[in-house]
Amino acid sequence: MKKKVVAVLAATLMVGTFLVGCGNNSASSKGTKHSAALVTDGGGIDDKSFNQSAWEGLKSWGKSEGLKKGINGYNYAQSNDDSDFLPNINKLIKAKYATIFGIGYKLDNAISSAAKDNPKINFAIIDSVVKGRKNVASVTFKTEQSSFLAGVAAAETTKTGHVGFVGGIQSDVIKTFEAGFKQGVKAVNPKIKVDVKYAGSFTKADVGQSLATAMFNNNEDVIFHAAGGTGAGVFTAAKNAAKNGKKVWVVGVDQDQKADGAYKGGNVTLASAVKKVGTAVKDLSKQAAKGNFPGGKTVTYDLKDNGVGIINDNMSASAWKSVQQYEKKIENGQITVSPK
Amino acid sequence: MLHSRSLKGLAVPLISIAAGFIIGAILMLMFGYDPIQNYQNLFIGSLGDIYSLGETLRNMTPLILTALGFAVSSKAGFFNIGGPGQYLMGWFGAIVFALNFPNLPTVLLIIGSLVCGALLGGIWSLIAGFLRAYFGTSEVITTIMLNYIALYFINFAVKNWLASKGSDSSPNIVKKASLNTEFLQKLTNNSTFNWGFFIALITVFVIWIYFNKTRSGFEVRSVGLNEVASLYAGVNVKRTIVVAMLVSGLLAGLGGAIDGLGNFQNISVSNNLPSVGFNGMAVALLAAENPIGIIFAALLFSALQIGGLSISVYSNTPSEIVDIVIASIIFFVGIKYVFEAALAKNWRKKQRKTPDGGMDK
Repeated sequence: MKKKVVAVLAATLMVGTFLVGCGNNSASSKGTKHSAALVTDGGGIDDKSFNQSAWEGLKSWGKSEGLKKGINGYNYAQSNDDSDFLPNINKLIKAKYATIFGIGYKLDNAISSAAKDNPKINFAIIDSVVKGRKNVASVTFKTEQSSFLAGVAAAETTKTGHVGFVGGIQSDVIKTFEAGFKQGVKAVNPKIKVDVKYAGSFTKADVGQSLATAMFNNNEDVIFHAAGGTGAGVFTAAKNAAKNGKKVWVVGVDQDQKADGAYKGGNVTLASAVKKVGTAVKDLSKQAAKGNFPGGKTVTYDLKDNGVGIINDNMSASAWKSVQQYEKKIENGQITVSPK
Repeated sequence: MLHSRSLKGLAVPLISIAAGFIIGAILMLMFGYDPIQNYQNLFIGSLGDIYSLGETLRNMTPLILTALGFAVSSKAGFFNIGGPGQYLMGWFGAIVFALNFPNLPTVLLIIGSLVCGALLGGIWSLIAGFLRAYFGTSEVITTIMLNYIALYFINFAVKNWLASKGSDSSPNIVKKASLNTEFLQKLTNNSTFNWGFFIALITVFVIWIYFNKTRSGFEVRSVGLNEVASLYAGVNVKRTIVVAMLVSGLLAGLGGAIDGLGNFQNISVSNNLPSVGFNGMAVALLAAENPIGIIFAALLFSALQIGGLSISVYSNTPSEIVDIVIASIIFFVGIKYVFEAALAKNWRKKQRKTPDGGMDK
């Protein structure tokens, strides 16, 4: 009986292999200098945050160059698991994309090893620094600066004198958000308490929701989240609290999250501390197409060059004014925000 | 009789697989994507060249082992949902060993790491087995909970003990501890294919012998068939439960250890429980817990996953479509009683036509 199982399965597989043989391998088409693709770090390109922002940047670059999604144009590969990073990168290499972005620090190992094996392809890593590879551009953001402004916005808005921070995974990158936020709150009013919580994940909206609900019940009325997809739960909790008559706010992250805060009868998004991953992806793609890709270098984006910033969604006029004043002070060097 | 039974045994998984692909195709047509082109990309992206094949074989390695682990406990009548946790413990154990003894000779280093990983996975599952055998605690609940304990313990341990300050992954293991050698990389065009695949195949063989040729394996199966009767026949049921759960955990742990040494080369903080632990259960179900069948079921799953990554690269179809195909296959395996009932009806009809049919045993 077992022999038969093997035989039939082998036969099925063989049919499969024949199909492969007949398949028209679209990977053989040649790549152009102007193709670029990105690999996500776990969330999809619709995570309303980090990956989505990167993908929108790549899309807008592609469209401005008159390219189409797909081979010879721009594209993405979604990682469902950490073990998908390298296969995804290699698939894009095989499909002849000239520039490949690793979106998120989790990909730095995979980008580094792929760059070693493929010295002629441009690689870029977001939020991490890959050293010793001449074909890898590292992109970092001074998110402590935008988070500082988020802190100012929260401090100028809170009525209870108690604000909160929800982070994804505790890591260097997310710590800069926390540190900046705390400094911003303190700059306005050192008496305001900041409650810091980590969800331990970037993809668990349910955890974000229960953390935020607990924080709102604890009389914290403004929460800044730096938690990717987990942050969706923070918004849900805020909207539920708002529907029950509580006056609460959320400061969004990475991109303008005003739409996420909308509910029937109002909006809970106070502001958004944006990190323009999309701008970075767009810039680097442009440079790669022109032939001056900053391989081997670290590119840093900050408030001054608009790589990070704050968007006013529902701030009061006085709070917004204060935020703008602090923004100027950071830009002209009067205030230095520490990343730790 | 034997002939028709073996055909029937194969019919359910094959019908399920076909049905899964058909559902995927219908969905693609509904949303305006080309199913033939996508399935072609899927095949090319998983088995079409030596690189993709290497990637598919690497991806199926831990699947084989977590599936075997699930199959062993399941044969003994227990539902070990702890695959993800045991896999994580195995991964963790192997990396910790490799990081701590980088100066051992290569063979000792690799064997030590694998054994350390497998043992940690085994111990993790043993806890649930022990509680089940001596206190009657439901192994479903304990293994699910142990998964989370493993996930958060390892996140804590990686963050605080292994990773350098601020980072959230351990340093890489030394090159000689890796199962992914340069020879294999060259052979497969820089894929992540590694020697672990062969270890997994050998393990399948060992488990097949264990079930079919050893006393302990027989006891495990008999306890699974009827606990009371086994007790009456003189089997030490409690010990058998513990052994079955231990072996189950050893296998899942070995899967994690191989992935750690062969694929990741380090361990990092994870967002979620690793999906390979749960997929192993699906693979085992598709293979009806047959060790040889597990190899083919794992190959199919792995090919779908690896090929699925190609779908969005070569077309506009979202790669989630593959998840739907996989889920449909498992769904159809799950409702196999429907097929079995339908097939049985057919069989009876034939029997009536040829009155001798039922006699040859």
